[in-house]
Amino acid sequence: MIDQKTIKIYLYTRFERIWHWFQAIVIVILILTGLEIHGTYSLLGFQTAVKLHNYLGLTWLTLFAFFIFWLLTTGEWRQYIPTTKKLFLVIRYYAWDIFKGGPHPVQKSTHAKHNPLQRLAYLGISAMLLPVQMVTGLLYYLYNDLQGLFPLSILAGIHTLIAFFLLNFLIIHLYMITTGHSVLGHIAGMITGWEEVYKTTAIEDWETKAIRKN
Amino acid sequence: MKNQILSTCGLAATAIVTLLCFLIPVFASTPENGEEAMGRRFARQAVKDSKQWTTTDHKKMEILNKNFTSGEEITKACVSCHSEAATQFHKTIHWTWLASEDKSDLRYGKAGFSVNNFCISGNAMEDKGCLSCHTGWNQKGIQGEVNCLKCHNSSGFNFDEAFSDVKSFLEGDDPETHEMAKDIQQEIKKAVTQVTFPERKNCGDCHFNGGGGDGVKHGDLDTSLTKPNRTLDVHMGTDGKNFTCTRCHTTKDHHISGRIYTNPAVESHKSLIEDDLAPKITCVSCHSSTPHKNDSKMNDHTDVVSCQACHIPSYARVNPTMMRWDWSKAGKMKDGKPYVEDGEFGKPIYKTIKGEFKWAKNVVPEYFRFNGSLTSTTADDVIDPGKIVEVSRPVGEKSDPKALIFPFKIHQGKQPYDKIHNKLLAPILSGPKGFWTTLDMNDAIERGNKALGIPYSGEFDYVETTYAVPITHMVAPKEAALACNECHIRKTSRLASITDLYIPGRDQFRLVDTIGWVSVLGALAAVLLHGLGRFFTRNGKED
Repeated sequence: MIDQKTIKIYLYTRFERIWHWFQAIVIVILILTGLEIHGTYSLLGFQTAVKLHNYLGLTWLTLFAFFIFWLLTTGEWRQYIPTTKKLFLVIRYYAWDIFKGGPHPVQKSTHAKHNPLQRLAYLGISAMLLPVQMVTGLLYYLYNDLQGLFPLSILAGIHTLIAFFLLNFLIIHLYMITTGHSVLGHIAGMITGWEEVYKTTAIEDWETKAIRKN
Repeated sequence: MKNQILSTCGLAATAIVTLLCFLIPVFASTPENGEEAMGRRFARQAVKDSKQWTTTDHKKMEILNKNFTSGEEITKACVSCHSEAATQFHKTIHWTWLASEDKSDLRYGKAGFSVNNFCISGNAMEDKGCLSCHTGWNQKGIQGEVNCLKCHNSSGFNFDEAFSDVKSFLEGDDPETHEMAKDIQQEIKKAVTQVTFPERKNCGDCHFNGGGGDGVKHGDLDTSLTKPNRTLDVHMGTDGKNFTCTRCHTTKDHHISGRIYTNPAVESHKSLIEDDLAPKITCVSCHSSTPHKNDSKMNDHTDVVSCQACHIPSYARVNPTMMRWDWSKAGKMKDGKPYVEDGEFGKPIYKTIKGEFKWAKNVVPEYFRFNGSLTSTTADDVIDPGKIVEVSRPVGEKSDPKALIFPFKIHQGKQPYDKIHNKLLAPILSGPKGFWTTLDMNDAIERGNKALGIPYSGEFDYVETTYAVPITHMVAPKEAALACNECHIRKTSRLASITDLYIPGRDQFRLVDTIGWVSVLGALAAVLLHGLGRFFTRNGKED
């Protein structure tokens, strides 16, 4: 095993972190209330679940626009460009090398916050699942105003299926964040913005300055 | 570094608090916060409290100040001022007992071929027992004179009985009986002047006792509505709006608004804002079709669900109602005599002259799509005795925009039918030759069908039937309206029988749920195994 010193770099800006945690809370509550509306269990009561679900859905829809705006204006959308470079190395790492104590083949940097597998996963979610979920959710919400233009059963079916996929993502995501340098390393990174990386990773000038500043 | 962490934590806390602030309106917009639903405001405007006023005091009417010897005389007195009243009334179903205005059309009506699964038929007014509810004097049916007092007198006095007493007391020469006759006539005179707009009791004398007794037929109409509290009926409650029947069953030329057999009560549901002369018979008339608060999801239901479906959580909430009447059991004797056996609620569960009964209280309705019309199987319609015969059934298709999901009482019956002609039969019940006296069903049918003019083969058996009664009275206060999960629930949905629409919470696609849960369990298993792998290999680290 290669012994490498780690240092911290400022990886996630304030906007990204607030966005991330806001979205995390919203997704969890939407899944919880959504499953109640689906009839899976009774928790808040159907009426409260519906109100909360509608309210959060619409709020998220609005704030998602800000996220898209931020992505476009900051150029951060490039972080989501899919690549097959090192993709299989990353897959091999999680499937095998991680048990051997091998190093992660891709180090995080401000230009590449996500490894190729993350890029694919996040792109799929942000560009496919979430938009479809938002559109079906909105049409579901507007069902009566649209005079039943879209059958409720179809909207509900798609909306439920994607909710299950997002629940899958949530489970895997929650597990994957334990695979950092320490079990809580990644979550600490998303709270403080400072992520642990190997010292050999190229570090931007301003980042080291930021360290010195503290 | 520490400052950085602290400030970030503060930031996160701010974000969460902000988010929670966003949530306040979700929980705050409950009905308790004083905002009033539009429908309540509309309804209040439409029915402002006002005493009915009139320019006439019937106690001062000279023509009523005399000793009447018969009901017909009273009617003559009424008509001497109200010149068009009887003429108008003769055209109404309350008089003719026929649904159609064309009086040669005998198809629907108590005086026509209509039957039910209670006392079955009126036998073209030949069954005199039924005529105690007819609006004429002395059970003479349409041959007699209109009895105005049936609907327009608040004394509760039994005029028919009083007049027959007067008649018999006056027959002999005994001055003592003549004196008694005079006393009764004094009472009649006192009672006659208590003229009124129809009160709950006037309508209820017949309509609360439909089917032959209190609460037998309707389930949402029984004597508990004579003086209801607002918990039983929010409109009629004497501690609430104290409506009489005619507050909603508005009247034109003595025609009282309401459904008449297959004819819906109204052509379309209109609010008084859209048509101020429309009858107030529907909920929409006063409450509009968006009766709930502006942002309420409830308003999105009114194109599919009737008001009654949610606002009448159960019927027969005070008095029990009959749920089954089995005529095939009639005729049994105890010690060689007809008998009555009482059951739960102190109501008869067996009567030799009528058969076997089942009663229930606080009944959850059955729900059907209903466009305001009921099909009716008459004594002249061919039935399939191999199936349960729907004597009356709600009409309504999903494609019909007028058809709303509506609550019903479904009364089960077992009643005689003609084995050769496959038609429901109409035994005559009261009178010296009726079944209640003779206990001879075959003979009663022969006489009853003859009165209707429908041939009887001479062979009968009993067939299972159902009779649908719309539930529209006994509207509960809004606090008692159904919660969402009475219908929006997987297994126990009240709308389980309405399968042609997707109801969130009740319905699911098995495939979607299977894929969903299998993948979720798969993901959990995968991360668990992966985690265990990392734990046991200790991430490849060696000591």
